[in-house]
Amino acid sequence: MISAIASRFTHAMEGLGSVALLAQEAMSSIVRKHWEPGLLLYHTYFIGLKSLSVVLITGAFTGMVLAAQTYFQFHKVGMDTATLAIVSISMCSELGPVLSGLMVAGRVGASMAAELGTMKVTEQIDALRALATHPVDYLVAPRLVAATIVMPMLTVCSICVGILAAYVVGVGLLGIDPAYAWHNMIHYTSVEDVVMGLIKSVIFGALVALVGCYKGLNCQQGAEGVGRATTEAVVFSSITILISNFFLTLVLTRLFTKS
Amino acid sequence: MIEARGIKKRFGAQHVLNGVDLRIDDGEAVAIIGRSGGGKSILLKHLIGLLSPDEGEVLIRGLPIAHLSERQLLDVRKEFGLLFQSAALFDSMTVHENVAFPLRRDRQLTSAEIGMRVDEALAMVDLPGTGAKRPAELSGGMRKRAGLARAIVYRPKVLLYDEPTTGLDPIVSDSIDQLIKRLCEQLRTTTVVVTHDMRSVRAIAQRVLMLHEGKIYANAATSDLFASTDPVVSAFVKGVSTPKDLLL
Ligand SMILES: Nc1ncnc2c1ncn2[C@@H]1O[C@H](COP(=O)(O)OP(=O)(O)O)[C@@H](O)[C@H]1O
Ligand SMILES: [Mg+2]
Repeated sequence: MISAIASRFTHAMEGLGSVALLAQEAMSSIVRKHWEPGLLLYHTYFIGLKSLSVVLITGAFTGMVLAAQTYFQFHKVGMDTATLAIVSISMCSELGPVLSGLMVAGRVGASMAAELGTMKVTEQIDALRALATHPVDYLVAPRLVAATIVMPMLTVCSICVGILAAYVVGVGLLGIDPAYAWHNMIHYTSVEDVVMGLIKSVIFGALVALVGCYKGLNCQQGAEGVGRATTEAVVFSSITILISNFFLTLVLTRLFTKS
Repeated sequence: MIEARGIKKRFGAQHVLNGVDLRIDDGEAVAIIGRSGGGKSILLKHLIGLLSPDEGEVLIRGLPIAHLSERQLLDVRKEFGLLFQSAALFDSMTVHENVAFPLRRDRQLTSAEIGMRVDEALAMVDLPGTGAKRPAELSGGMRKRAGLARAIVYRPKVLLYDEPTTGLDPIVSDSIDQLIKRLCEQLRTTTVVVTHDMRSVRAIAQRVLMLHEGKIYANAATSDLFASTDPVVSAFVKGVSTPKDLLL
């Protein structure tokens, strides 16, 4: 039992190490200009388009339920007009980036792993290498850059839609005073909350792309291998998003309060 | 010049290559024959560093490549063309884009020139007019030929072919054999052909290597190989199974 847990743990750590190596390879490919920026537009468009609807729906309903729950609790102590402030702060610094990250992991991370995994098992990755093209330059780096560009945009969309939906629910349905609620929201949401959310979203975007590509490139043989790579990409990137989010919150809050 | 020194490769408990030594000179045409599953494709992948051996060394013009990094290997591979057994076409691209792929890194070529080179290569493999199709829309033999066009379009100095005529009808097979021979003679391309097809061996190769049980079992001029009295070699060349090869 204990040895099984220990071997799982070492396995996970090895995976993390290999993802870090892939990240390093991709960074050096970008910095040394080996990569192919021509593919960037395509991947940016593709990632954005694929995840926009699901990110918007997630953002909207999270904002709505958050507004309702906060209102139900705060109404008891007569703090109705703080509802939007709570929604906005949590959407900006936590829920926006994390939920968008999880959704993009499910949509984009999975498709990256499936695509590269299929290329791997059908020898297309070997064909790239034989044609003197580094798979990291051609496949990983453009996806990594695209994901880190798109992810903050998606997060901003999700936050805006979430706040808007919360406003509609709070003001339209629950009858909160719009002027006070809006004023409180602007007053209590700090620039740091927004910046923290954006920093997180950049990191989550990179994580999803790296894990998706890593799982695809290291796919085992056959259709089963591709299936497993896809599932593992989603699970692994979701968990790393959730875990790293906690530490990012600690570190970033510390940083912001110091300065 | 390509040289392999004692390369060994193991997958799990299976020793696929068990000390392969070979040497192929510039401009030479060599065939590698051997039983299915005998490790011919694996050997070919070692020669351009797609796989690295567990033991032994591969030398390209004296440069040991077995432990070069992927990025260092890219420069070595620019002089190589490889036709994969499975063709390994990029299935997200059309045939035209596939064949144009190796040319795109040559910054001096205009897109009109690339188009011309691609059409020329497709015509050479008898696939004119299929450029707009996707690999999934081609038959197995057509895919093989598209893969061949992609391997030869940038005129590499060394061409490795993994079963170039398997799955093709006899007439197309013969034209592919002629094409390989022509490339070898006119462009002085070093040619390595993995094949089961004795007709191809006769048509193309000056020298034949037979891979048997993970080692180079025979290394002979083509005519000597066909005259060989060695039981293993002559059984393979004539295509006779011994009782222990029978499935029932
Ligand atoms: N990726 C792999 N993992 C495990 N075994 C492999 C792998 N690739 C090839 N093999 C094994 O190596 C042997 C040689 O394969 P191959 O070189 O493709 O044979 P062939 O001579 O027909 O081209 C086969 O028995 C095959 O089972
Ligand atoms: Mg083979």
